[in-house]
Amino acid sequence: MALRTLASRKALVAAALGGARPLPAARGVATFALPDLTYDYGALEPAISGEIMQLHHQKHHAAYVANYNKALEKLDAAVAKGDASAVVQLQSVIKFNGGGHVNHSIFWKNLKPVSEGGGEPPHEKLGWAIDEDFGSFEALVKKVNAEGAALQGSGWVWLALDKEAKKLRVETTANQDPLVTKGINLVPLLGIDVWEHAYYLQYKNVRPDYLSNIWKVMNWKYAGEVYENATA
Amino acid sequence: MQGCRSRRCSKVVSYYGLITPPYKLDALEPYMSKRTVELHWGKHHQNYVDGLNKQLATSMFYGYTLEELIKEGYNNGNPLPEYNNAAQVWNHHFFWESMQPESGGSPEGGVLQQIEKDFGSFTNFREEFICSALSLLGSGWVWLVLKREERKLSVVCTRNAISPLALGDIPIMNLDLWEHAYYLDYKDDRRMYVTNFIDHLVSWHTVTLRMMRGEAFVNLGEPNIPVA
Repeated sequence: MALRTLASRKALVAAALGGARPLPAARGVATFALPDLTYDYGALEPAISGEIMQLHHQKHHAAYVANYNKALEKLDAAVAKGDASAVVQLQSVIKFNGGGHVNHSIFWKNLKPVSEGGGEPPHEKLGWAIDEDFGSFEALVKKVNAEGAALQGSGWVWLALDKEAKKLRVETTANQDPLVTKGINLVPLLGIDVWEHAYYLQYKNVRPDYLSNIWKVMNWKYAGEVYENATA
Repeated sequence: MQGCRSRRCSKVVSYYGLITPPYKLDALEPYMSKRTVELHWGKHHQNYVDGLNKQLATSMFYGYTLEELIKEGYNNGNPLPEYNNAAQVWNHHFFWESMQPESGGSPEGGVLQQIEKDFGSFTNFREEFICSALSLLGSGWVWLVLKREERKLSVVCTRNAISPLALGDIPIMNLDLWEHAYYLDYKDDRRMYVTNFIDHLVSWHTVTLRMMRGEAFVNLGEPNIPVA
C-alpha cells in the first residue's frame, strides 16, 4: 500500500513542477525520462554555444535523470523494507538529482532561439507586474544579474512568483535545490543555471558576461504563460 | 594610504599577494592543461586575492594571518563576508603546492606506513579518495587531513570554500572539485580528473613535509620509553 501511494505522489509532484511526465513501470515506481529540447543545440548561439547546450543536456541533465531513477528505486526498496535510516540517508541524493531534473526541465523551456521570439521582453500582465514589483524591466535584469554573479559555488537564480503574497521575487538556490525549498508558495517563472558547467567552456570565469547575454534568448512568452496560469 | 603625519611616522600597509605555483604553468600536462592552470591560477585565484584585499581595506581582519582569518571568519558555521575569499586564497595556494609534475604513484616510508595504518592499504585509501570526490554534490574540495582528536589520517569532503582549518583539523593535501578546475580538460568527467590527480599529480613529497609538520601538533604514536 505504501508503494502505491509513493508512486502516485511522485507523479503529482512531477506534474505540478512541470517535470517530464514519468513513465509508470511495472513495479509501480515511476521512472523519469530526459525531456527533449524544442530547438537545436546550436540555435541559441551566440548567447550560449551549441557545445555547451549539447553537453548540458546530454551529459549533465541525463545524469541527473539516471541517478534520480536509481535513487528512487533504492528508496522504494528501503521503504518496502521499513528501513528508516536508509530512507533518510537517500534524501540528499534524491534532492540533488531530482532537483537537477526539475530545474533543468524548466530551464530548457526558459530558453528560445532569437528567431522564435527569444529575448523579446515580457508584455501584458507579467510586464506590468515586473514594473510594479521592481520598478522597471531593466531593474529586474540588473537584480537577477547581481544575485547570480554573487552566488558562491553552484546554484540557480530565479524570477519567482510568490503565489500567496501575489508578488514577484528574485531568489537564489544552492546546488540543485528546487525553488520550492525557498518557499512553498514560490512558482518558478524563469531560472538561470549558474553552475560553472552552464557557461565555462564559452565564458570561462566571466559569469557576469554569461548572465548579461542569456537575456537575448530568454523565453518571456513561457514565463508569461506560467504567470497567467498561476494568477488566474 | 595616508600615514600618521602629525607624529612623523609612516604607516606600513600590506596586503595579500598571489604566490606563483612551484612549477611552470604547462608542467602538469597532459593531466592538467596549461590553459586550465592559466585561467584557474591567473583568473580565479587572482580574483579571490583581489577580492580579499578589497575587503581588508575596511575590515577588522586587516593584519590577521590567513589561517587566523579563516578560523575567525568561519564564525562557527556562519561565515563572515571575508571568509570566502580568504579560504579560497588559502585553498588554492595549498592546491598548487599539493601537486608536482610527473608525480602521483604511491608514497614511501613514514607516510605510506601511516596510510596503511589508517586505511588498511594504499589501494583502499586511493579508492576512498576517488569515491569521496565523486560523492560530493556540487562545488567543493576533497582533502587528506590529519585529524587532531582521532590522531589519524582521514579523507574528507568540504563544500564550496569550507576549510578543514576552520573545523580544527590539519590539512595534508587537497583537490579542487569546483567545475572550473576540470571542465576545460575533462568536461563532466570528474572521475577521470580525480583519477589522474591521484595517479599522476599529487606530490607525495609535499605530503611528507606537511605530515612532518603535522606531527609537531599531533602525537601519532606511542613513545618508546626505555625501562631502566
